[in-house]
Amino acid sequence: MALDSMQEIFDKILAENKPFWQVVRDTDVEERQVTAEASFEKMRVTWRAMLESVDTYRADRRSVSGLVGGDAQRMWDYAAARETLCGPYLQEVIATALCVAESNACMRRIVAAPTAGACGVLPAVLVPLFRRGSVDEEQIVRALYVSAGIGAVIGYRASISGASGGCQAEVGTAAAMAAGALVDLRGGTPEQIGHAAAMALKNLLGLVCDPVAGLVEVPCVKRNVIGAVNAVSAADMALAGIESRVPVDQVIDCMGAVGRRLPVELRETSLGGLAATPFGQSVKAGLEKERRA
Amino acid sequence: MLDIFDILGPVMVGPSSSHTAGAVRIGRMARALLGEEVLRADIGLHGSFAETGQGHGTDRALVAGLLGMKPDDLGIPESFLIAENRGLKFRFYTAHLREAHPNTAVLDVEGADGGKLCLQAASTGGGRIRVDRLDGVDVSFTGIFNTLVVRHQDVAGELSRILNELSVSGINIANMSLNRDRRGGDALTVVETDQKIPQDALERIRVLYGVLSATYYEKEAE
Ligand code: SF4
Repeated sequence: MALDSMQEIFDKILAENKPFWQVVRDTDVEERQVTAEASFEKMRVTWRAMLESVDTYRADRRSVSGLVGGDAQRMWDYAAARETLCGPYLQEVIATALCVAESNACMRRIVAAPTAGACGVLPAVLVPLFRRGSVDEEQIVRALYVSAGIGAVIGYRASISGASGGCQAEVGTAAAMAAGALVDLRGGTPEQIGHAAAMALKNLLGLVCDPVAGLVEVPCVKRNVIGAVNAVSAADMALAGIESRVPVDQVIDCMGAVGRRLPVELRETSLGGLAATPFGQSVKAGLEKERRA
Repeated sequence: MLDIFDILGPVMVGPSSSHTAGAVRIGRMARALLGEEVLRADIGLHGSFAETGQGHGTDRALVAGLLGMKPDDLGIPESFLIAENRGLKFRFYTAHLREAHPNTAVLDVEGADGGKLCLQAASTGGGRIRVDRLDGVDVSFTGIFNTLVVRHQDVAGELSRILNELSVSGINIANMSLNRDRRGGDALTVVETDQKIPQDALERIRVLYGVLSATYYEKEAE
Protein backbone atom coordinates (compact mmCIF):
# COMPACT_ATOMS: atom_id res chain seq x y z
CA MET A 1 0.00 0.00 0.00
CA ALA A 2 1.49 3.25 -1.10
CA LEU A 3 -0.18 5.71 1.27
CA ASP A 4 0.92 4.64 4.73
CA SER A 5 0.81 7.98 6.51
CA MET A 6 -0.21 11.58 6.09
CA GLN A 7 3.45 12.46 6.66
CA GLU A 8 4.35 10.40 3.61
CA ILE A 9 1.88 12.41 1.54
CA PHE A 10 3.32 15.68 2.89
CA ASP A 11 6.84 14.49 2.05
CA LYS A 12 5.84 13.54 -1.48
CA ILE A 13 4.16 16.91 -2.01
CA LEU A 14 7.51 18.57 -1.23
CA ALA A 15 9.81 16.09 -2.93
CA GLU A 16 7.82 15.78 -6.14
CA ASN A 17 6.49 19.32 -6.12
CA LYS A 18 2.90 18.21 -6.66
CA PRO A 19 -0.35 19.23 -5.03
CA PHE A 20 -2.01 16.87 -2.53
CA TRP A 21 -4.60 15.55 -4.96
CA GLN A 22 -2.02 14.65 -7.55
CA VAL A 23 0.02 12.58 -5.13
CA VAL A 24 -3.11 10.52 -4.46
CA ARG A 25 -4.00 10.26 -8.14
CA ASP A 26 -0.50 9.13 -9.05
CA THR A 27 -0.67 6.49 -6.36
CA ASP A 28 -3.87 5.21 -7.92
CA VAL A 29 -2.29 5.26 -11.38
CA GLU A 30 0.57 3.17 -10.09
CA GLU A 31 -1.50 0.74 -8.04
CA ARG A 32 -4.25 -0.03 -10.51
CA GLN A 33 -2.04 0.31 -13.59
CA VAL A 34 -4.33 2.81 -15.29
CA THR A 35 -3.70 6.10 -17.07
CA ALA A 36 -4.01 9.41 -15.23
CA GLU A 37 -7.01 10.25 -17.42
CA ALA A 38 -8.76 6.96 -16.64
CA SER A 39 -8.25 7.50 -12.94
CA PHE A 40 -9.60 11.06 -13.12
CA GLU A 41 -12.62 9.97 -15.15
CA LYS A 42 -13.43 7.26 -12.63
CA MET A 43 -13.35 9.87 -9.89
CA ARG A 44 -15.60 12.10 -11.99
CA VAL A 45 -18.09 9.24 -12.38
CA THR A 46 -17.95 8.76 -8.61
CA TRP A 47 -18.73 12.45 -8.09
CA ARG A 48 -21.64 12.38 -10.54
CA ALA A 49 -23.08 9.39 -8.72
CA MET A 50 -22.92 11.41 -5.48
CA LEU A 51 -24.70 14.30 -7.15
CA GLU A 52 -27.33 11.97 -8.51
CA SER A 53 -27.89 10.47 -5.08
CA VAL A 54 -28.94 13.95 -3.94
CA ASP A 55 -30.99 14.85 -7.01
CA THR A 56 -33.11 11.70 -6.99
CA TYR A 57 -34.21 12.06 -3.35
CA ARG A 58 -37.90 11.61 -2.70
CA ALA A 59 -39.43 12.48 0.64
CA ASP A 60 -42.08 9.75 0.47
CA ARG A 61 -39.65 6.83 0.49
CA ARG A 62 -39.40 4.77 3.66
CA SER A 63 -36.83 2.24 4.82
CA VAL A 64 -37.62 -1.41 5.49
CA SER A 65 -38.32 -0.78 9.17
CA GLY A 66 -40.30 2.36 8.42
CA LEU A 67 -38.10 4.38 10.80
CA VAL A 68 -36.27 6.35 8.13
CA GLY A 69 -37.46 8.76 5.46
CA GLY A 70 -38.71 12.30 4.93
CA ASP A 71 -36.40 14.14 7.35
CA ALA A 72 -34.34 15.88 4.67
CA GLN A 73 -37.54 17.35 3.31
CA ARG A 74 -38.48 18.52 6.82
CA MET A 75 -35.18 20.33 7.03
CA TRP A 76 -35.66 21.95 3.63
CA ASP A 77 -39.23 22.99 4.46
CA TYR A 78 -38.15 24.48 7.77
CA ALA A 79 -35.30 26.39 6.10
CA ALA A 80 -37.72 27.73 3.49
CA ALA A 81 -40.23 28.86 6.09
CA ARG A 82 -37.95 30.67 8.51
CA GLU A 83 -34.39 31.63 9.17
CA THR A 84 -32.37 28.73 10.51
CA LEU A 85 -30.01 29.05 13.45
CA CYS A 86 -27.07 27.71 11.48
CA GLY A 87 -27.37 29.78 8.31
CA PRO A 88 -27.66 29.09 4.57
CA TYR A 89 -24.65 26.80 4.01
CA LEU A 90 -24.99 24.62 7.10
CA GLN A 91 -28.73 24.20 6.63
CA GLU A 92 -28.01 22.75 3.20
CA VAL A 93 -25.25 20.56 4.66
CA ILE A 94 -27.67 19.15 7.22
CA ALA A 95 -30.45 18.53 4.71
CA THR A 96 -28.06 16.94 2.20
CA ALA A 97 -26.53 14.61 4.79
CA LEU A 98 -30.03 13.47 5.77
CA CYS A 99 -31.14 13.07 2.19
CA VAL A 100 -28.27 10.85 1.06
CA ALA A 101 -28.25 8.75 4.23
CA GLU A 102 -32.03 8.30 4.00
CA SER A 103 -31.71 7.30 0.36
CA ASN A 104 -29.18 4.67 1.38
CA ALA A 105 -31.57 3.24 3.96
CA CYS A 106 -34.30 3.19 1.31
CA MET A 107 -32.20 1.09 -1.10
CA ARG A 108 -31.34 3.86 -3.50
CA ARG A 109 -28.01 4.30 -5.27
CA ILE A 110 -25.26 6.01 -3.24
CA VAL A 111 -21.47 6.16 -3.09
CA ALA A 112 -19.97 4.38 -0.08
CA ALA A 113 -17.59 6.98 1.42
CA PRO A 114 -15.89 5.28 3.12
CA THR A 115 -18.90 3.03 3.84
CA ALA A 116 -22.55 2.96 2.88
CA GLY A 117 -23.50 3.90 6.45
CA ALA A 118 -21.49 7.12 6.24
CA CYS A 119 -22.34 7.88 2.60
CA GLY A 120 -24.02 11.21 3.37
CA VAL A 121 -21.07 13.08 4.86
CA LEU A 122 -19.03 13.93 1.74
CA PRO A 123 -21.95 14.88 -0.52
CA ALA A 124 -23.36 16.93 2.36
CA VAL A 125 -20.41 19.31 2.41
CA LEU A 126 -19.62 19.25 -1.33
CA VAL A 127 -22.95 19.38 -3.14
CA PRO A 128 -24.14 22.68 -1.56
CA LEU A 129 -20.85 24.38 -2.54
CA PHE A 130 -21.16 23.03 -6.07
CA ARG A 131 -24.80 24.05 -6.39
CA ARG A 132 -24.17 27.64 -5.44
CA GLY A 133 -21.40 27.79 -8.05
CA SER A 134 -18.54 28.46 -5.65
CA VAL A 135 -16.58 25.51 -7.04
CA ASP A 136 -16.57 23.68 -10.37
CA GLU A 137 -16.48 19.99 -11.19
CA GLU A 138 -12.72 19.81 -11.75
CA GLN A 139 -12.06 21.32 -8.34
CA ILE A 140 -14.49 18.91 -6.71
CA VAL A 141 -12.92 15.89 -8.38
CA ARG A 142 -9.50 17.00 -7.14
CA ALA A 143 -10.87 17.52 -3.65
CA LEU A 144 -12.26 13.98 -3.78
CA TYR A 145 -8.73 12.71 -4.36
CA VAL A 146 -7.66 14.57 -1.24
CA SER A 147 -10.45 12.94 0.75
CA ALA A 148 -9.66 9.52 -0.72
CA GLY A 149 -6.02 9.95 0.29
CA ILE A 150 -7.02 10.72 3.87
CA GLY A 151 -9.43 7.78 3.89
CA ALA A 152 -6.77 5.44 2.49
CA VAL A 153 -4.32 6.38 5.24
CA ILE A 154 -6.98 5.87 7.91
CA GLY A 155 -7.97 2.53 6.35
CA TYR A 156 -4.35 1.45 6.39
CA ARG A 157 -3.38 2.64 9.87
CA ALA A 158 -6.67 2.22 11.73
CA SER A 159 -9.99 1.02 10.33
CA ILE A 160 -12.93 2.19 8.27
CA SER A 161 -15.47 -0.35 9.45
CA GLY A 162 -17.95 -0.04 12.30
CA ALA A 163 -17.58 -3.73 13.06
CA SER A 164 -13.90 -3.36 13.84
CA GLY A 165 -13.58 0.26 14.96
CA GLY A 166 -17.00 1.61 15.90
CA CYS A 167 -18.73 4.56 14.28
CA GLN A 168 -15.66 6.76 14.78
CA ALA A 169 -14.13 4.58 12.05
CA GLU A 170 -17.05 5.17 9.67
CA VAL A 171 -18.58 8.59 10.32
CA GLY A 172 -15.35 9.79 11.97
CA THR A 173 -13.32 8.84 8.91
CA ALA A 174 -15.92 10.35 6.58
CA ALA A 175 -15.72 13.61 8.58
CA ALA A 176 -11.92 13.67 8.32
CA MET A 177 -12.17 13.06 4.57
CA ALA A 178 -14.78 15.79 4.17
CA ALA A 179 -12.82 18.29 6.27
CA GLY A 180 -9.72 17.73 4.15
CA ALA A 181 -11.70 18.14 0.93
CA LEU A 182 -13.16 21.44 2.15
CA VAL A 183 -9.77 22.87 3.08
CA ASP A 184 -8.45 21.88 -0.34
CA LEU A 185 -11.40 23.57 -2.07
CA ARG A 186 -10.69 26.75 -0.12
CA GLY A 187 -7.04 26.76 -1.16
CA GLY A 188 -5.62 25.65 2.19
CA THR A 189 -2.13 24.19 2.55
CA PRO A 190 -1.41 20.46 2.86
CA GLU A 191 -0.67 21.01 6.56
CA GLN A 192 -4.05 22.69 6.99
CA ILE A 193 -5.68 19.70 5.30
CA GLY A 194 -3.93 17.49 7.85
CA HIS A 195 -5.02 19.64 10.79
CA ALA A 196 -8.62 19.70 9.57
CA ALA A 197 -8.67 15.91 9.20
CA ALA A 198 -7.08 15.49 12.63
CA MET A 199 -9.56 17.80 14.35
CA ALA A 200 -12.57 16.23 12.65
CA LEU A 201 -11.43 12.77 13.71
CA LYS A 202 -10.55 13.83 17.26
CA ASN A 203 -13.98 15.32 17.78
CA LEU A 204 -15.68 12.00 17.07
CA LEU A 205 -13.16 9.83 18.86
CA GLY A 206 -14.81 6.98 20.74
CA LEU A 207 -18.11 7.16 18.88
CA VAL A 208 -19.71 3.74 19.13
CA CYS A 209 -21.49 1.70 16.45
CA ASP A 210 -24.90 0.71 17.77
CA PRO A 211 -27.43 0.40 14.96
CA VAL A 212 -30.96 -0.37 16.15
CA ALA A 213 -31.99 -3.88 15.04
CA GLY A 214 -28.72 -4.09 13.11
CA LEU A 215 -30.06 -1.82 10.40
CA VAL A 216 -28.18 1.09 8.84
CA GLU A 217 -30.97 3.46 9.88
CA VAL A 218 -30.98 4.60 13.53
CA PRO A 219 -28.72 6.34 14.56
CA CYS A 220 -26.80 6.18 11.28
CA VAL A 221 -28.80 8.71 9.28
CA LYS A 222 -28.41 11.53 11.79
CA ARG A 223 -24.81 10.61 12.54
CA ASN A 224 -24.11 11.63 8.96
CA VAL A 225 -25.25 15.12 9.96
CA ILE A 226 -22.84 15.36 12.87
CA GLY A 227 -20.07 13.99 10.66
CA ALA A 228 -20.70 16.69 8.07
CA VAL A 229 -21.21 19.64 10.43
CA ASN A 230 -18.14 18.60 12.37
CA ALA A 231 -16.18 18.53 9.10
CA VAL A 232 -17.22 22.08 8.29
CA SER A 233 -16.17 23.39 11.68
CA ALA A 234 -12.85 21.53 11.53
CA ALA A 235 -12.17 22.92 8.06
CA ASP A 236 -12.98 26.48 9.09
CA MET A 237 -10.77 26.17 12.17
CA ALA A 238 -7.89 24.88 10.06
CA LEU A 239 -8.35 27.67 7.52
CA ALA A 240 -8.29 30.15 10.40
CA GLY A 241 -4.85 28.85 11.27
CA ILE A 242 -5.95 26.78 14.24
CA GLU A 243 -3.87 23.64 14.54
CA SER A 244 -4.44 20.20 15.97
CA ARG A 245 -2.01 19.89 18.84
CA VAL A 246 -1.74 16.13 18.30
CA PRO A 247 -0.19 15.35 14.88
CA VAL A 248 -2.63 13.84 12.41
CA ASP A 249 -0.97 10.42 12.07
CA GLN A 250 -0.98 10.04 15.84
CA VAL A 251 -4.67 10.92 15.94
CA ILE A 252 -5.34 8.25 13.32
CA ASP A 253 -3.33 5.64 15.24
CA CYS A 254 -5.17 6.62 18.37
CA MET A 255 -8.54 6.15 16.68
CA GLY A 256 -7.45 2.65 15.69
CA ALA A 257 -6.34 1.89 19.25
CA VAL A 258 -9.59 3.21 20.74
CA GLY A 259 -11.53 1.11 18.22
CA ARG A 260 -9.75 -2.06 19.27
CA ARG A 261 -10.57 -1.31 22.91
CA LEU A 262 -14.26 -0.79 22.24
CA PRO A 263 -16.23 -3.71 23.61
CA VAL A 264 -17.75 -5.93 20.95
CA GLU A 265 -21.23 -4.82 22.09
CA LEU A 266 -20.45 -1.39 20.69
CA ARG A 267 -19.11 -2.54 17.35
CA GLU A 268 -22.05 -3.16 15.04
CA THR A 269 -23.34 -6.19 16.91
CA SER A 270 -26.40 -4.29 18.12
CA LEU A 271 -25.92 -5.66 21.64
CA GLY A 272 -25.22 -2.28 23.25
CA GLY A 273 -25.68 1.45 22.91
CA LEU A 274 -28.88 2.72 21.31
CA ALA A 275 -29.64 -0.76 19.97
CA ALA A 276 -29.94 -2.02 23.55
CA THR A 277 -32.37 0.68 24.72
CA PRO A 278 -35.98 -0.37 25.32
CA PHE A 279 -36.87 1.41 22.10
CA GLY A 280 -34.15 -0.39 20.15
CA GLN A 281 -35.23 -3.73 21.57
CA SER A 282 -38.85 -3.16 20.68
CA VAL A 283 -37.98 -2.32 17.09
CA LYS A 284 -35.97 -5.50 16.88
CA ALA A 285 -38.77 -7.59 18.39
CA GLY A 286 -41.28 -6.06 15.98
CA LEU A 287 -39.17 -6.90 12.96
CA GLU A 288 -38.62 -10.46 14.15
CA LYS A 289 -42.32 -10.95 14.57
CA GLU A 290 -42.87 -9.67 11.05
CA ARG A 291 -40.23 -12.02 9.71
CA ARG A 292 -41.83 -15.04 11.28
CA ALA A 293 -45.28 -14.05 10.05
CA MET B 1 -5.75 -4.51 -0.12
CA LEU B 2 -7.76 -1.31 -0.51
CA ASP B 3 -7.42 1.06 -3.43
CA ILE B 4 -8.80 4.60 -3.31
CA PHE B 5 -12.00 3.51 -5.02
CA ASP B 6 -12.65 1.09 -2.19
CA ILE B 7 -12.53 4.19 0.02
CA LEU B 8 -14.64 6.34 -2.31
CA GLY B 9 -16.91 3.63 -3.59
CA PRO B 10 -18.41 1.39 -4.62
CA VAL B 11 -21.29 3.17 -6.26
CA MET B 12 -24.03 0.93 -4.97
CA VAL B 13 -27.63 0.51 -3.98
CA GLY B 14 -27.91 0.74 -0.17
CA PRO B 15 -28.13 0.21 2.66
CA SER B 16 -25.02 -1.87 3.42
CA SER B 17 -21.92 -2.65 1.41
CA SER B 18 -21.53 -6.02 3.09
CA HIS B 19 -25.20 -7.01 3.38
CA THR B 20 -26.43 -5.55 0.09
CA ALA B 21 -23.63 -4.89 -2.44
CA GLY B 22 -21.69 -8.03 -1.45
CA ALA B 23 -24.88 -10.10 -1.59
CA VAL B 24 -25.60 -8.95 -5.15
CA ARG B 25 -22.09 -10.00 -6.13
CA ILE B 26 -22.51 -13.43 -4.57
CA GLY B 27 -25.71 -14.00 -6.54
CA ARG B 28 -24.14 -12.78 -9.73
CA MET B 29 -21.13 -15.03 -9.22
CA ALA B 30 -23.43 -18.05 -8.82
CA ARG B 31 -25.24 -17.23 -12.03
CA ALA B 32 -21.99 -16.76 -13.95
CA LEU B 33 -20.49 -20.02 -12.71
CA LEU B 34 -23.70 -21.90 -13.45
CA GLY B 35 -23.28 -20.55 -16.96
CA GLU B 36 -26.97 -20.28 -17.78
CA GLU B 37 -30.18 -18.59 -16.74
CA VAL B 38 -31.14 -19.58 -13.19
CA LEU B 39 -34.60 -21.13 -12.83
CA ARG B 40 -34.49 -22.42 -9.29
CA ALA B 41 -32.54 -21.34 -6.23
CA ASP B 42 -32.39 -22.61 -2.67
CA ILE B 43 -30.67 -19.93 -0.65
CA GLY B 44 -29.27 -20.51 2.83
CA LEU B 45 -28.41 -17.47 4.95
CA HIS B 46 -25.86 -17.87 7.71
CA GLY B 47 -24.96 -15.70 10.70
CA SER B 48 -25.55 -11.99 10.35
CA PHE B 49 -26.99 -12.59 6.88
CA ALA B 50 -29.77 -14.57 8.53
CA GLU B 51 -30.24 -12.17 11.44
CA THR B 52 -30.33 -8.78 9.76
CA GLY B 53 -30.48 -9.84 6.13
CA GLN B 54 -34.08 -8.93 5.57
CA GLY B 55 -33.72 -5.39 6.87
CA HIS B 56 -30.69 -4.89 4.67
CA GLY B 57 -32.36 -6.34 1.60
CA THR B 58 -29.82 -9.18 1.52
CA ASP B 59 -32.53 -11.51 0.22
CA ARG B 60 -33.52 -9.18 -2.61
CA ALA B 61 -29.86 -8.47 -3.33
CA LEU B 62 -29.00 -12.17 -3.73
CA VAL B 63 -31.93 -12.71 -6.08
CA ALA B 64 -30.96 -9.57 -8.02
CA GLY B 65 -27.51 -11.05 -8.49
CA LEU B 66 -28.97 -14.33 -9.69
CA LEU B 67 -30.83 -12.29 -12.29
CA GLY B 68 -27.50 -10.84 -13.43
CA MET B 69 -27.76 -7.41 -11.81
CA LYS B 70 -24.73 -5.50 -10.51
CA PRO B 71 -24.52 -3.73 -7.11
CA ASP B 72 -25.54 -0.34 -8.56
CA ASP B 73 -28.68 -1.61 -10.31
CA LEU B 74 -31.78 0.29 -9.19
CA GLY B 75 -33.83 -2.82 -9.92
CA ILE B 76 -32.41 -4.54 -6.82
CA PRO B 77 -35.31 -3.59 -4.50
CA GLU B 78 -37.76 -5.00 -7.07
CA SER B 79 -35.84 -8.20 -7.75
CA PHE B 80 -38.52 -10.53 -6.35
CA LEU B 81 -41.04 -9.19 -8.82
CA ILE B 82 -38.58 -9.36 -11.69
CA ALA B 83 -37.73 -12.94 -10.71
CA GLU B 84 -41.36 -13.89 -10.85
CA ASN B 85 -41.72 -12.42 -14.32
CA ARG B 86 -38.60 -14.21 -15.53
CA GLY B 87 -39.64 -17.56 -14.08
CA LEU B 88 -36.98 -17.77 -11.36
CA LYS B 89 -38.28 -19.65 -8.33
CA PHE B 90 -36.42 -19.24 -5.06
CA ARG B 91 -36.65 -20.19 -1.42
CA PHE B 92 -34.76 -18.95 1.63
CA TYR B 93 -33.79 -20.86 4.74
CA THR B 94 -31.51 -20.27 7.71
CA ALA B 95 -28.24 -22.16 7.35
CA HIS B 96 -26.14 -23.14 10.34
CA LEU B 97 -22.63 -23.59 9.02
CA ARG B 98 -19.54 -24.47 10.97
CA GLU B 99 -16.61 -22.08 10.88
CA ALA B 100 -18.12 -19.87 8.23
CA HIS B 101 -17.71 -16.10 7.97
CA PRO B 102 -20.70 -14.36 9.63
CA ASN B 103 -21.91 -12.94 6.32
CA THR B 104 -22.21 -16.16 4.37
CA ALA B 105 -24.74 -17.48 1.87
CA VAL B 106 -25.07 -20.95 0.38
CA LEU B 107 -26.80 -21.09 -2.98
CA ASP B 108 -28.07 -24.24 -4.65
CA VAL B 109 -29.02 -23.19 -8.13
CA GLU B 110 -30.44 -24.97 -11.14
CA GLY B 111 -30.43 -23.64 -14.68
CA ALA B 112 -32.68 -23.61 -17.70
CA ASP B 113 -30.56 -26.30 -19.39
CA GLY B 114 -30.55 -28.49 -16.31
CA GLY B 115 -27.14 -27.47 -14.97
CA LYS B 116 -26.65 -27.41 -11.20
CA LEU B 117 -24.28 -25.62 -8.89
CA CYS B 118 -23.77 -25.27 -5.17
CA LEU B 119 -21.82 -22.19 -4.14
CA GLN B 120 -20.90 -20.96 -0.68
CA ALA B 121 -19.56 -17.45 -0.45
CA ALA B 122 -18.91 -14.78 2.15
CA SER B 123 -19.32 -11.03 1.97
CA THR B 124 -16.04 -9.92 3.51
CA GLY B 125 -16.57 -6.16 3.80
CA GLY B 126 -16.88 -3.09 1.61
CA GLY B 127 -18.82 -5.09 -0.98
CA ARG B 128 -15.99 -7.54 -1.56
CA ILE B 129 -16.75 -11.25 -1.62
CA ARG B 130 -14.93 -14.55 -1.38
CA VAL B 131 -16.16 -17.85 -2.75
CA ASP B 132 -15.35 -20.56 -0.19
CA ARG B 133 -16.92 -23.71 -1.60
CA LEU B 134 -18.04 -24.90 -5.00
CA ASP B 135 -19.96 -28.16 -5.35
CA GLY B 136 -18.53 -29.42 -2.08
CA VAL B 137 -14.93 -28.52 -2.90
CA ASP B 138 -13.03 -25.92 -0.85
CA VAL B 139 -11.91 -23.01 -2.99
CA SER B 140 -10.93 -19.39 -2.43
CA PHE B 141 -11.39 -16.62 -4.96
CA THR B 142 -12.90 -13.17 -4.97
CA GLY B 143 -14.07 -12.10 -8.41
CA ILE B 144 -11.49 -9.30 -8.48
CA PHE B 145 -10.07 -11.11 -11.51
CA ASN B 146 -11.73 -12.80 -14.45
CA THR B 147 -12.30 -16.31 -13.17
CA LEU B 148 -12.45 -19.59 -15.05
CA VAL B 149 -13.78 -22.67 -13.29
CA VAL B 150 -13.11 -26.02 -14.96
CA ARG B 151 -14.43 -29.34 -13.72
CA HIS B 152 -12.43 -32.18 -15.11
CA GLN B 153 -11.30 -35.73 -14.54
CA ASP B 154 -8.23 -35.97 -12.42
CA VAL B 155 -5.98 -37.18 -15.25
CA ALA B 156 -2.33 -36.46 -15.91
CA GLY B 157 -1.52 -33.33 -17.84
CA GLU B 158 -5.00 -31.86 -17.69
CA LEU B 159 -3.92 -28.63 -16.06
CA SER B 160 -1.23 -27.97 -18.62
CA ARG B 161 -3.69 -28.54 -21.47
CA ILE B 162 -6.03 -25.94 -19.97
CA LEU B 163 -3.23 -23.45 -19.37
CA ASN B 164 -1.95 -24.01 -22.88
CA GLU B 165 -5.28 -22.96 -24.36
CA LEU B 166 -5.13 -19.79 -22.29
CA SER B 167 -1.58 -18.96 -23.21
CA VAL B 168 -2.21 -19.28 -26.95
CA SER B 169 -4.89 -16.63 -26.47
CA GLY B 170 -2.30 -14.40 -24.80
CA ILE B 171 -3.87 -14.59 -21.38
CA ASN B 172 -1.88 -13.92 -18.22
CA ILE B 173 -2.62 -16.03 -15.15
CA ALA B 174 -2.95 -14.08 -11.90
CA ASN B 175 -3.76 -17.00 -9.57
CA MET B 176 -4.54 -20.63 -9.96
CA SER B 177 -5.60 -23.57 -7.86
CA LEU B 178 -6.40 -27.20 -8.50
CA ASN B 179 -8.80 -28.64 -5.94
CA ARG B 180 -9.73 -32.25 -5.58
CA ASP B 181 -12.90 -33.51 -4.08
CA ARG B 182 -11.74 -36.17 -1.66
CA ARG B 183 -14.79 -38.26 -2.31
CA GLY B 184 -14.70 -38.46 -6.09
CA GLY B 185 -12.22 -38.73 -8.89
CA ASP B 186 -13.01 -35.31 -10.33
CA ALA B 187 -11.02 -32.15 -9.92
CA LEU B 188 -11.93 -28.53 -9.98
CA THR B 189 -9.49 -26.01 -11.33
CA VAL B 190 -9.90 -22.30 -10.70
CA VAL B 191 -7.87 -19.94 -12.86
CA GLU B 192 -7.92 -16.18 -12.26
CA THR B 193 -6.72 -14.13 -15.20
CA ASP B 194 -5.72 -10.55 -15.93
CA GLN B 195 -7.28 -10.47 -19.39
CA LYS B 196 -10.77 -11.42 -20.40
CA ILE B 197 -11.05 -14.95 -21.74
CA PRO B 198 -12.53 -14.90 -25.25
CA GLN B 199 -15.43 -17.15 -26.16
CA ASP B 200 -13.40 -19.28 -28.58
CA ALA B 201 -10.81 -20.09 -25.92
CA LEU B 202 -13.61 -21.17 -23.60
CA GLU B 203 -15.04 -23.40 -26.32
CA ARG B 204 -11.66 -25.01 -26.93
CA ILE B 205 -11.27 -25.72 -23.22
CA ARG B 206 -14.75 -27.22 -23.04
CA VAL B 207 -13.90 -29.87 -25.65
CA LEU B 208 -10.54 -30.84 -24.15
CA TYR B 209 -10.19 -34.49 -23.23
CA GLY B 210 -11.36 -35.06 -19.65
CA VAL B 211 -13.07 -31.71 -19.23
CA LEU B 212 -16.59 -32.02 -17.85
CA SER B 213 -17.54 -28.37 -17.87
CA ALA B 214 -16.00 -24.93 -17.94
CA THR B 215 -17.74 -21.77 -16.74
CA TYR B 216 -16.50 -18.25 -16.54
CA TYR B 217 -17.03 -15.13 -14.44
CA GLU B 218 -16.03 -11.88 -16.05
CA LYS B 219 -15.03 -9.23 -13.56
CA GLU B 220 -17.16 -6.11 -13.31
CA ALA B 221 -16.21 -3.34 -15.69
CA GLU B 222 -14.52 -0.31 -14.08
S1 SF4 C 1 -23.70 3.40 13.80
FE1 SF4 C 1 -22.52 1.75 12.91
S2 SF4 C 1 -23.72 1.12 11.09
FE2 SF4 C 1 -24.43 3.17 11.71
S3 SF4 C 1 -23.21 4.61 10.49
FE3 SF4 C 1 -22.19 4.37 12.48
S4 SF4 C 1 -20.70 2.72 12.07
FE4 SF4 C 1 -22.18 2.62 10.39
